[in-house]
Amino acid sequence: MSEPQQTRHRIALTLNGQSRSGYAESRTLLSDFIRHELGATGTHVGCEHGVCGACTVQIDGAATRSCLCLARQAEGRDVRTVEGLANGDGALGILQQAFKTHHALQCGFCTAGILMSCVDFLQRIPEPTEEQVRDMLSGHLCRCTGYTPIVEAILSVADQLKTEKQETTDA
Amino acid sequence: MKPPVFEYRRIDTVSQALEQLHEEGDNARILAGGQSLVILLNMRLAQPGTLLDISGCTDLNYLKMDGGMVCIGAGTTQAQLQYWPQLAHKLPLLAEAIPFISHYQIRNRGTVAGSIVHADPSAELPLCLATLQGHVELRSRKATRVLAAADFQQGMLTTAKQGNELVTEVRFPVAQAGHGYAFDEFAMRRGDFAIVACAVDAGPDTIRLGIGGVADKPVVVEWPHQSPDVLDQALNDLAWQLEAQDDQHATASYRRHLVRRLGRKTIATALARSTNNTKD
Repeated sequence: MSEPQQTRHRIALTLNGQSRSGYAESRTLLSDFIRHELGATGTHVGCEHGVCGACTVQIDGAATRSCLCLARQAEGRDVRTVEGLANGDGALGILQQAFKTHHALQCGFCTAGILMSCVDFLQRIPEPTEEQVRDMLSGHLCRCTGYTPIVEAILSVADQLKTEKQETTDA
Repeated sequence: MKPPVFEYRRIDTVSQALEQLHEEGDNARILAGGQSLVILLNMRLAQPGTLLDISGCTDLNYLKMDGGMVCIGAGTTQAQLQYWPQLAHKLPLLAEAIPFISHYQIRNRGTVAGSIVHADPSAELPLCLATLQGHVELRSRKATRVLAAADFQQGMLTTAKQGNELVTEVRFPVAQAGHGYAFDEFAMRRGDFAIVACAVDAGPDTIRLGIGGVADKPVVVEWPHQSPDVLDQALNDLAWQLEAQDDQHATASYRRHLVRRLGRKTIATALARSTNNTKD
């Protein structure tokens, strides 16, 4: 009844809108599957116990630690990583541009995870207070910036999106 | 920091999970949100033969009211409970406690029941369940039993759950009129495990105080309303009874200090809320 335990299983999922598949052992973490099997190395791996936030991706829209999820759990799911944030023409997405403008990154190791949290966060809480942003950011460690420029970048994107929404409404 | 070898099975229904648990017993571990278990796997502190993944069991993902209880299925995430529109009204203690649980990204996937089954002595949800005197429903292939929180959690990471049982639901009593609730904790950083956590249910006759992070499980005491001096003495006695230990996070003396100060502050907040609640 039981399978040989090192068996590699075929995992099919949607990565940034594209159908992708690869092979993983039962014990393979989603973070390692995305990086080593699918070759999407934008997702970084730090602590591997859920504290640093570097490996955060979105699974079915929810910001999730990919180091605390098995690859097999992502079978059939919609997974989004930092590679999916740029616009179709390769220009930076709105969050990425704001991080650049506000100097919200230096070495960039934590950035991919923070960006993926922000996409989920701003959809759920479109007009956050600084306190709410800082609370969300408590799930990410950044040793370069001191967080202040990251908070500014996120709040500026919230402002921008709000303005765009109002323009659409008025039109 | 990679998990050991195990067999993984995706489970679709509760009855399927119960069948598998019946066969596998202690060899199997239930994987729900995985926000505690996968850490243990990565650190190789847990080495189960089989993982039964119930995160896809739609029959365990629910939040419902029944008989004065909020019943939460074992698949329901902490974020689902946090953003439940009725939370502040039905379970004000949890509305205040949930933001202290780890981080936004962890609550997205971590389950309410999973935290209670993991039974970390510093965790917020087991403390709230014990303070509110909630219940845990356990099912095996042949039987269903319901345990009071105090009987369920037995010590550090230890519960009364048998190897062939699945926790299917946890039940929190709905907030009562005339009661005030408050939660507070102290940790070194936002989202860290609490060094000391306090949960209070202040009723018209008595004050119920739960303390987490000090003993090997949440400790709940019930006191009559009393003068500030007598209350301070009772808090001091409690602080010593908990037999706090020194560890790398805090000294025993500092933990006793926190029990006294944080205890008094949280009780005062709950009492003020119970007075306001009565005026309504």
